[in-house]
Formats: sequence, structure tokens, C-alpha cells
Amino acid sequence: MTLVWLIIIPFVGAVFAWISARWSSRWPRWIAVSALAVDLVIALNLWVQYPAALAYAGRGPWIADFSYPWMPQLGIGFHLAMDGLSLLMVLLTVSLGIASVICSWTEIQERLGFFHFNLLAVLTGIIGVFLAVDLILFYFFWELMLVPMYFLIAVWGHENRAHAAIKFFIFTQFGGLLMLLAILGLYFVHGAGTGAYSFDYFELLNTPMTPVTSMWLMLGLFVAFAVKLPAVPFHPWLPDAHTEAPTAGSVILAGLLLKTGAYGFLRFVLPFFPESVEIFAPTAMILAVAGILYGAFLAFAQTDLKRLVAYTSVSHLGFVLLGVFDRNELGLQGAVMQMICHGFSTGALFILVGSLQERIHTRDMNRMGGLWSTAPTMGGIGLFFALASLGLPGLGNFVGEFLVLLGTYEKSVFITALAVVGLVLAAVYSLSMILRAFQGPKAEDWRIPDLSIRETALMGVMTAILIWLGLFPQPVLNTAADALKNLPTYTARAHTTSPEQEVRERDSVALETGIVPVTGFKRPDQRKQR
Amino acid sequence: MTPVEITVLLPIIVLSGAAVLIMLVIAFYRHHLLTVVMTVVGLALALIAIGFVGPMLPVQSTPLLIVDGYAIFFMALIVAACLAVALMSYGYLCGREGHQEEYYVVLLLASVGAAVLVCSSHFASFFLGLEILGVSLYVLIGYPRRSALCIEAAVKYLILAATSDAFLLFGMALIYGQTGSLQFQRIAAVWANGNSAFLLAGTALLITGIGFKLSLVPFHMWTPDVYEGAAAPVAGFVATVSKGAVFALLLRYFMRANVGASAGLVTVLGIIALASMVVGNLLALLQNNLKRILAYSSIAHMGYLLVALLASGPLALAAAGYYLVAYFITILGAFGVITVFSGGERDTDLLEDYRGLGWKRPWLAGILAAMLLSLAGIPLTAGFIGKFYVLAAGVGSSLLILVLALVLTSVVGLFYYLRVIMTLYSLPTTAKGESVAALETPLAAGVVLFALTALLVWLGVYPTPLMRLIEITVARLS
Repeated sequence: MTLVWLIIIPFVGAVFAWISARWSSRWPRWIAVSALAVDLVIALNLWVQYPAALAYAGRGPWIADFSYPWMPQLGIGFHLAMDGLSLLMVLLTVSLGIASVICSWTEIQERLGFFHFNLLAVLTGIIGVFLAVDLILFYFFWELMLVPMYFLIAVWGHENRAHAAIKFFIFTQFGGLLMLLAILGLYFVHGAGTGAYSFDYFELLNTPMTPVTSMWLMLGLFVAFAVKLPAVPFHPWLPDAHTEAPTAGSVILAGLLLKTGAYGFLRFVLPFFPESVEIFAPTAMILAVAGILYGAFLAFAQTDLKRLVAYTSVSHLGFVLLGVFDRNELGLQGAVMQMICHGFSTGALFILVGSLQERIHTRDMNRMGGLWSTAPTMGGIGLFFALASLGLPGLGNFVGEFLVLLGTYEKSVFITALAVVGLVLAAVYSLSMILRAFQGPKAEDWRIPDLSIRETALMGVMTAILIWLGLFPQPVLNTAADALKNLPTYTARAHTTSPEQEVRERDSVALETGIVPVTGFKRPDQRKQR
Repeated sequence: MTPVEITVLLPIIVLSGAAVLIMLVIAFYRHHLLTVVMTVVGLALALIAIGFVGPMLPVQSTPLLIVDGYAIFFMALIVAACLAVALMSYGYLCGREGHQEEYYVVLLLASVGAAVLVCSSHFASFFLGLEILGVSLYVLIGYPRRSALCIEAAVKYLILAATSDAFLLFGMALIYGQTGSLQFQRIAAVWANGNSAFLLAGTALLITGIGFKLSLVPFHMWTPDVYEGAAAPVAGFVATVSKGAVFALLLRYFMRANVGASAGLVTVLGIIALASMVVGNLLALLQNNLKRILAYSSIAHMGYLLVALLASGPLALAAAGYYLVAYFITILGAFGVITVFSGGERDTDLLEDYRGLGWKRPWLAGILAAMLLSLAGIPLTAGFIGKFYVLAAGVGSSLLILVLALVLTSVVGLFYYLRVIMTLYSLPTTAKGESVAALETPLAAGVVLFALTALLVWLGVYPTPLMRLIEITVARLS
């Protein structure tokens, strides 16, 4: 039932925030923050109890489960479940949700009620996506994210909002409908093969199918998630949507919506179609590297600060795609780590760009320069997150990217080499962004107030999180480990190597990197219980 | 005829009785509100009668009519839709000059025709029902007879409908010539004995006539003009009751006469479905008039419904039933909002006039936005479940090309629905928009719109009860 509360609380908050706007402009903001804070407490509590719950539940990596018949005629159930992966994603969602409410505290002054309704509704949909284990329920939440996001962009966005909002909606809807077809295909294939017609995730695992069917269905899901991720060539919606959205919208888009695509790969594509993934992986990895390099090049070429940050997402999410299709634990762990750290670092950059735009009313870097002298805190924090985004060791993003590269090295040295070039390019665009916006000669004589206490506090928390993730990522890796271990691709590999061999591999990795990337063996007692 | 055979026709008898009674009352005492109340009571009685005859089914009442769960389900849907239209029309007609009472008589007659259509199992009743419905529609479309646009629409509909009826009759004659029977069931036996040129040609002509009524491409030309010219509630009636009844008949004929046995006809219907989805959605992109957008969108939606028809089987029947219910609610809601917003001589149908109404009239505009999202098949609305159902039926029967076309054209469709929503929520309003925003919502129309929206969300979130109902009524058709 906890899982249902996680979804209900933000939704009820959304409705109340809308209604309360009639009385005061303060209410919606506080209601939104408190609803999300309650969710955060619930999620943190689940995290604290994670090891105990894992041992108790005895259902593989799943720590909580809720099921209720929804449309039994068609085999559709309201089925939610949580494992370490979804727990991390929910934590990320709620934290960034709070950040997005706080960062729009002064930016949004019109139609507050409707704004916070949409904000919380998007978050409800995203949490639902991360928890649903019935495929139609998943699709339901997947589509549910779209409408409020569309309104956020279309109503509170910048100059070119109508175009961006429609483009965003149409791209994602196209992917979504292909996904629906693939889901239906899987349903009928499974029904024909086993006689049981169901959309339940656990039923559909290990569906017997021919290689050709499997490939087509995999491609359907792949396109849907690749649009959301976004992988080149499905990315054209991203720069527009990110740039035109209000700050909170950009934070949610970059920090969370993109992650639903990556989550889809991990949760559905890899376990459902291990054989097809094996065949398709090289293509996906090439697309990933193309995204890393292409995103980095385009980011460097931008003059619009927000657009620059948007293109860095294409590059960073390329690493996630790469990690996912490495199909080994290093890569998968790296992908999850990268998802979380990218959420915080890019979210923070968008907040920073938003507060800058609020002050100087432009995002054009040609009109900036030398802002450090008038707003030193902003400059310093900007530099910090730029460094995080370029993968400076000691910050979270480094851990993610490094693990992905290690995982990729096992599969292909060539692709790893290309991806490393992406890291170099990341340094180029990140530093040039700081150079053009905060340092150098002043293009215009801006006199702007520095970050307020509210903004500094928000940035301080996000900074602390990134440093923590960079120095001590083990709790996150531990939490994700059990979920990732149970992906069929990984277990298939695990069977071929002996336990001692595994430990040896791990030790050598630990020796070389100084990080202990994999964790299952830290709790041998629990492993035995399962 | 046994007593049971007469009793099961009670809903149709009640509807006809109400029409005759109201006509007589008008002759003696002309009063708008009284007429509306009588109409509503008549329709409510018909609904009660439907519930009353429910347990006796199925009954073949004379060779002409079969009253089964399938017929009763669609009859209830038609009567309910008619009720919604009558209530919405009241506020609309109040603001207009001339005698308004006869409008309701014609509305009731049209619903009698539609009710006959959904239970006909014989070409004679088929044609009778179609003509009762058709003739009533000529009158309804041209009812506000001072407006040139209305007259144009009515004449256009009259001429084209008459032509299509001729095709239909010729088709029936050819089929009769081959089979010697006008009953749907008998025709199935002839299909089983292999293809026959007469039967094939006859059915092709039938499809032409029905395609006109359903405004399937390439028989769709009349639709946007008629929707634009007709009063908003009448356009809603044409889009729902008229098309729904004809589609229910087509579905029954398709199943009973076993048309699916002829590969050629299935191909033809497939091409028609494909063309309707593509043309409807593409042409809607070019429109600047909300009624015309809805017209083209309805062409596309009939294409989606044909996909369900072609999928055949119990799942397809259930899908078609659910989709029609969702479509009825959505279209009635959309035209309902237009009705409420239309106060002047001409209906408020230009997209430009809806600019900014989302902020001036949040409730009504919100309802319109919800209806459009339902047409686009977005979750939390009935349209989502409907589209999901149709896709499931299509994938289940491996209609891959049609299903892919459905998906791709839906994405195109999204564009114009979003355009309307975008207009609703952008500023500034036009002068006409300002005057529209100042209009009061009539109580009856407000209640209907609220009920429709509640149904829309309910069916989008918890569709199980309706699914069960459809399973024991519509899906039992063999």
C-alpha cells in the first residue's frame, strides 16, 4: 500500500494546489513542497529499510508489491512493485520535484494553481512509470506524463513555446504508440504460447517467441524509449522542449523524463528480449556513441546557454545508453549512477540558467561575459556544476561515466575510445560555457543581484549530493545491485563464470580504479537466503 | 405475432408514441419548455422500457426485427445520446427566433429510425429505419431555416443521401436477385457456396451507401459542409446517433451475412479504412473551423472503427462497442461546448474565436480540452481505453498494416487536437471571443456536459463495468 501512497500523495497535492490558488498565492507552493516532502520521507524510509525488506520479501529483488484487478477481462491489473532500481528512481524524482518547486518560487507568478497542478501531475506520472509492473499500467502512466508536461511548456514557456510543446508531444506520442503496439504484440504472443493472456510483467518475462518476433517487438519498445532518452536520431524534440520550457519544466524534463526512457530499457527491453538485445546491442552502442559525440559537438556550437545545457543531455544520456547495452554489471551500474548524477548536475545547471535569465532576461551568451564579478556565488556554483558535468573525479558523474567506460571496454575497445573522446569534448563545452558566460570581458554592463538565500541553499544541497555520490557511491550501487543482477542478460553471463572468477574480476577492477563497483558479495548471508 | 414479440418492441413503441403525442400537443398548445419536458420524459420512458425488455432477450420479432442484447445496447446508447442532444438544444434554441417545438418531434423520429436500424435483420427494416432517420435529418439540419449555410447543408445532405440510397436499393435488389431472400442470415449461406458476381456487386453497392452515411473516404465530401452548416447540437446528433446506428447495422450485417468470407470485400473495406484514417487526419490539419476539424476527425474515427470491424471476433465486437460509447460521449461533449458558446446568428466555430477562452471560461474550455484529448486517445479519458481496445483487436487479428496506419495517423491527428487546445490557452481573445465568454451556460446543457465529462473520466479510469456489460450484450452477437 506504501507504493499507492507514493502515487496518491502528489496527485492529491496537485488537486489541492490548484484549488488553493483561489485564496492565496502562497498556498500552491507550500502544498506542493509539503506533498513532495511527505513522499520523500516515505521513500527515504523505504531506502533505510531496504536491506531488511529485501531479506524479508523473499521475492528476488522486489521489496514491495501492490496488486489490484483493474480490467480483469483483458488481463490488466493495477500492479505496482518496487525494487532497488525503482526505489532510486523514485528518490530522484521526489528530490528533483522539490527542487523544481523551489526554483520556480519567484519565476512563476501567473496561474500558480494550474502550474503546480501540472508540476505535481507530471511527477505523479513519473513515479507511476517507475513503479508500474503491469505493461498497460506502465503505458497509462507513460502517457499521463505527457499532458501536464505539454501544458507546462505551452503555457509558462519562453518565446517559441507552442512549437516546442507540440513537437515534444508528437514525438513522444509516436514512440508511445509504437510501444503500445509492441506491448500488445507481446501480449498476444505470450497468450498464444502459454494460453494465459496477461499484461503482467512477471507473467510476460520468459515469453517463448521466435527470434524474428522478438526482434520486432524489441524494436518497437526500443524506439519508444529511444525517443524519450533521447538517442540520436530520435532527439530533435529535446533541444526545443528543454530550451522553451520554464525552469521547473526543464529540470523535470532533463532530470526525470529522460530517465524514464533509460529505465524502460533496463526494466523491459533487456529482460524481455535477451537474445534480440544480444544481436542489436552493437547497433545501439553505435547510436549511443553517435549521441555522445553529436551532442557534445552541438553543445559547443550553441550561443543560447539553455540550449547548450540541453545538448549536453544528449551527450550524457549517450553514456547511459552505452552502459545499458554493455549488458554487464559494470555498465549497468554505471548507467544507473549516470542517470542519478545527470539528474542533479543538469538539473542544477538548468536552475542556474533559469535564475540568470530571470535577472538579465536573455539566454544569449554573446550578451553575457564577466558576470562573475557581479555575481560571484552564481559563478562559483556554475563552475562547480560545469566541472561535475565534464566528469571531474570526486563528483558523481565521474563514477557513472567511468563505470560505463569500463563496462564498454569489455565489449569493444574501439567504442570505448570513441566514447572517451566524448569526455574530452565535455571538458571543452563545459569550460567554454563558463568562460563565455561568467568570465572574460563584459559584453554589457549587467548589475544583477547574486543568488538569494533560497537559491544558494538549493544549490548547496545539490552540490553536497554530487560530492557525496562522487566520494561514497556505495549505498546507491548497493541498492541498484540486486535489481540489476536479476536481469536475465546478466545472470546468463554469471552462469558462465565461476564465483571465484567473479570475485577475481571484481578485485582487479577495485585495484585498478579504487572503487568497488559491484556489491552483491558484500552481503553473502542474504544471497544464500534467496 | 406473440405477445412477447410485441413487448420487446416496447422501446420503439414508446419513442414513436412520444413523437406522435408531442406533435398533437403542439397542435393545441405551443410551449417550448413543455415540449422539452415531454421529450425528456419520453426518452426516459424509452430507457426504462429498454431495461424492462432486457431479460426477455433475444427475440426475433417478425422476420424484420431482432431484439437481442446487441440491439438493446445500441438502442440505449442512441436514446441516451438523444436525451443529451435534446437537453443541450433547449438552451440553444431558446435564444433563437421562430417556432422551436417541432424540432423535438423530428429528433424523436430520428431516434426511432436509429433504433429500428440497430435491430433490423432484414433489408426492408434496414431501409425503413435508414429512411426514417434520413428524412428526419434533412429537417433537423435545415431547421434554423433563416441561415443560408443551414439550407445549403440540408440540400447538400438531401441530394447526396438520396443518391446513396439509390445505390443501396440497387445493391439490395442485386443481392435479392441472387439469394431470393432479404434476410441477412440467409445471405451467409450463399457466401459459403463460393463467390457470386451478383452478391459481390450487390454488397459493393451496399458498402457505397453505408460508406456515405458513415462518411468514409471516398464518400466523405458532405461531412465538413454539413457539420459546419448544421446547428451545433444537430451536428453532434448527426456525428453520433446517425453514424453509430449505421455502424451497428453494418457490424451486424458483416457478422450475420458472413461478409468476412469474401477476401475481396475485406480488402476493399481495408482500403476504405486506410483511406479514411489518412485523408481524415490529413485534411483536418488544414482547417481553421472547429466544426470542420471535428468533421474530418470523425472521418478518421470511422476509419478506426472499421479496423475493429475487420478484426472480427468477440474481442473486435467488444472493441467496437466500447469505442462507440467513448466516441458518443466525446463528440457529444465537444459539440455541447460549441453549443453553449454559440449565442449569435452564426455558431461560434472559428478556431480564432476560442483563443484565450481557457482562461475566461475555465470549466467549459477544460471540458472541450478533455474531449479533444479523448479523441486523441490520451489516458484518463474513455478515448484512451477505446483506442487501446481497437488496437488490441487489430493486433490480435494480425491486421498489421491497418494497425500501423492507425498509429501513424493518430500521431498526425494529435497535431490538430493540440492546436485547438493551444488556441484555448493562449492570449489575447478576439472581440467575438469576448462576447462568447460573456454568455451564460444554460442549466440543462451545463448538467449534461458535467455528466458527460464525469463519464469520460470514469470510463477512462475504471472501464470494467462497461466492459462487462458489453461482453454480455454486444459481444454475444454471432
